[in-house]
Amino acid sequence: MKCIETTIKHEIGLHARPATLFVQTVQKYNSKVTVGFKGKSANGRSLLGVLSLGVGKDAKISITAEGDDEEDVLDSLKNLVDSNFGE
Amino acid sequence: MQIFTGIPAGKGIAIGAGLIHRPTVMVPVERRIENIEQELTILHEGIEKADQELSGIYQAAIKSAGKESAEIFQAHRMMLQDPDLQVQIEQKITTEHMNAEAAFYQAAESYAVMLETLEDEYLSARSADVRDVAARMLRILRNDVTPTTKLTKPVIIIAEDLTPSDTIQFNRDHTLGFFTAGGSTTSHTAILSRSLGVPAVVGAGKIPEGELQDVVVILDGDAGKLILSPDELTLQEYTIRRDTLHKEARKERTAALKPAITLDGKRIEVAANIGNLADAQNAIQNGAEGVGLFRTEFSYIEKDKIPTEEDLLQVYQGIFQTFGEFPVLVRTLDIGGDKEMPHLNLPQEGNPFLGCRGIRLCLNRPDLFKPQLRAILRAGFHANLRIMFPMVATIGEVRQAKQILKDCMAELDFENTPYNRSPQVGIMIEVPAAALCADQLAREVDFFSIGTNDLTQYTLAADRTSPNLLYLVSALQPSVLRLIQRVIECGHKAGIWVGMCGEMAGDLNAIPILLGMGLDEFSMNAPVIPQAKIIIRQWNREKAKLLSEKALLCETPEQVEELVKNWKINL
Repeated sequence: MKCIETTIKHEIGLHARPATLFVQTVQKYNSKVTVGFKGKSANGRSLLGVLSLGVGKDAKISITAEGDDEEDVLDSLKNLVDSNFGE
Repeated sequence: MQIFTGIPAGKGIAIGAGLIHRPTVMVPVERRIENIEQELTILHEGIEKADQELSGIYQAAIKSAGKESAEIFQAHRMMLQDPDLQVQIEQKITTEHMNAEAAFYQAAESYAVMLETLEDEYLSARSADVRDVAARMLRILRNDVTPTTKLTKPVIIIAEDLTPSDTIQFNRDHTLGFFTAGGSTTSHTAILSRSLGVPAVVGAGKIPEGELQDVVVILDGDAGKLILSPDELTLQEYTIRRDTLHKEARKERTAALKPAITLDGKRIEVAANIGNLADAQNAIQNGAEGVGLFRTEFSYIEKDKIPTEEDLLQVYQGIFQTFGEFPVLVRTLDIGGDKEMPHLNLPQEGNPFLGCRGIRLCLNRPDLFKPQLRAILRAGFHANLRIMFPMVATIGEVRQAKQILKDCMAELDFENTPYNRSPQVGIMIEVPAAALCADQLAREVDFFSIGTNDLTQYTLAADRTSPNLLYLVSALQPSVLRLIQRVIECGHKAGIWVGMCGEMAGDLNAIPILLGMGLDEFSMNAPVIPQAKIIIRQWNREKAKLLSEKALLCETPEQVEELVKNWKINL
């Protein structure tokens, strides 16, 4: 199991399009992924779950992955967030 | 005269008839079921059907409302397939013996409520999307027909609220604007109105009652007002305002139709990238002065047989006719083993992107190459024709391709078939090898067109479709800027013109740099053309040259962007 922390730089936080990209990325891997924000946590494969966390701009989230490709999925997600979801 | 007020969500004024949209609200009926297996099957089949529906709607929406508005339907699909939602629905069915429609509705509603409570306005507006998905599922589970409100005349649409599914039904050309009681500036209605360029007012709290037969309606998207049965004076004032706005918009569009001339008087060619006839027509409307890239692949992809020379001739003729005297640059077949085309019998490759594609494929397959060249030459008989070979890596490839072109001409002469005898012949610079040897290649051709999309990915050795690598794949990388500089310099030294058909040509931040490097032609997707021309008209080439020299000293794409931003402010 591995955990990283990262900050969402996007203007509107983790809204529909970035959240969709986020979840799509998680779905490419096998590991179980959990996103944590302000004490709440959500299943990384669930768009509704991720949206419900209410992650806004400059929010710090934690991403936990557990599985055979946990390193890979965390790398992918970190790159996605750092590159501001390609926007 | 009645006035309703709300939050402005889309600029502009609309005057006309009003239509109050009152969709029938379906309420799910909860029943106890005994056959759990069957109910789960019903649920999954319903989800499958809804997903297909949404997929079709997404495709149609891209054309009618633009990509940004259409994206919401992809989000709807993800919500539909959401694993957490599934778990909750299935639980209700299996442990509470609930019927599918009630289970789906209740589970979706609990998420909608959760989203509503969020502080973030954008996120809470998404609760409307969850409910839209639930309404769609309900309709499908009940086998109800999709409602379609076909607009028979231009109207201002008024409703308590409008979901993406509601708005997609209204034909675009009759939609004058939107007025809703609910919603916020982050609602789908607001996004859609901006895509369509119509006024919108949301969050009004209430809407008119009854029907609006023969009532004149004014929608003021700037002040956030809806006015029913305006008095003489009000109607006059608004009519003048609206006409002024329309005049200004027309002026902008007309400006787009004029050539782009820099402050120091140089005319820069601005053209369009097109793939088919619809693109061609759209390009003309947006002020394209020709075609900088005509992608010819669509005749070969998603078909079950190889197009014949006659098939291609017809397609190409249509395109050339649309552009009259304007130059049309046709790129010869640029495909490879990555696409599904069993009818072409392409060999299996381990890495199709670095494989036999583009000009390599064509040189290997004269059975594909020659009919295409012949069709281009024949169709281009009266056209201002330019032919371009893609994926060129060596001088040998160019010479070979030119020879085959000559052979086709000789054959057509022999057959006494008319064709264009003096097309310009050039190559696409997208393989780093070609950029590095641009000095040698420039002597073989009439022009270069830089394909920055592939040039960037090959230079950085990074897959441009990979979300992990987006930070690498930027045409503003110093490595790419240097190659572009080199290509333009070598081209000009040999006396040929250099254009660009990659995405970078339409990047408003990059245009000044490219201008400064001496790029002669910019080809881009039609909608960006008006803006690109505006930018070009703001610069003189001396200043742009200084900018490009500074840009070449930058170490990262971010630095380049900062540089351009700061220069723009000082313009």
